[in-house]
Amino acid sequence: MDITVNGKAREIQDGICIQELLDQMQLDCMQVVVEHNNNIIPRQRLAETPLNNGDALEVIHFVGGG
Amino acid sequence: MDELIIAGRSFNSRLMVGTGKFSSNEAMVASMEGSGSEIVTVALRRVDVDNPQDSLLNHIDPERYLLLPNTSGARDAEEAIRLARIARAAGCEPWIKLEVTPDPYYLLPDPIETLKAAEVLVKEGFIVLPYINADPVLAKHMQEAGTATVMPLGAPIGTNKGLRTRDNIAIIIEQATVPVVVDAGLGAPSHAAEAMEMGADAVLVNTALAVARDPGAMGVAFKKGVEAGREAYLAGLGKQQDKAEASSPLTGFLRS
Repeated sequence: MDITVNGKAREIQDGICIQELLDQMQLDCMQVVVEHNNNIIPRQRLAETPLNNGDALEVIHFVGGG
Repeated sequence: MDELIIAGRSFNSRLMVGTGKFSSNEAMVASMEGSGSEIVTVALRRVDVDNPQDSLLNHIDPERYLLLPNTSGARDAEEAIRLARIARAAGCEPWIKLEVTPDPYYLLPDPIETLKAAEVLVKEGFIVLPYINADPVLAKHMQEAGTATVMPLGAPIGTNKGLRTRDNIAIIIEQATVPVVVDAGLGAPSHAAEAMEMGADAVLVNTALAVARDPGAMGVAFKKGVEAGREAYLAGLGKQQDKAEASSPLTGFLRS
């Protein structure tokens, strides 16, 4: 199925949850925040939040700033 | 130095530093350490998922520094509120440097959107440190909304021009009931010292450190500037006047 991650189209396996996608992308869930269709998903719920075709994810982290 | 207290929390350092624009994480850490700062700002951006980078957080010791996420990049209140909530979800304490800068050329803060966001975020329990233009009336509105500080700009972000808003900052300091943190535009330790001599409670510096040939040494230099300014303010500066007033005695000259 197809979703968008940070504004870019991405094809992913059917039926996976957000945590599994983060693992596939080799991202540490402790160092990112995920918005799923504009809702912030608390870390403890990443593994119980399934992805659906057409979903939009934002994966955000800290960078240097003033 | 006397302690700085913001929202009931005390700090020994009156210098906050940013983490942007450094040539490397090592340079950033050297600058943070040299500055003696206890509050460091960070920004939130999308992860480059095709090319994940070493996390900034691996370089900032949470025992030593309070992480102060900013809402940079927000163009209106809604975007700023969204970024603040994301920062809290990242596990940070609910401190937020609120900035709303719709104009990318001068990056001047939008007073109306910043105030709107401050009102919402204070209600949500955030400790809000708003970046504002040096407008004493706006500073009062921020205080009334419950912000923990006000952060008036000395000059536009990254310009290194110093305290171009000096007279208005003096009024803000005179009237403020919350700490005044002069943010943006401070390009030299003398600028930081000047703000502190005027009675600012703290300053925030980023670009001047990041672009220095030696960011660690510049961190030390700003630390000294801030300390000198604060100590001079507490010690009590003499009044300026036009007429000369001799420092040496005016009697006992070697002539009749």
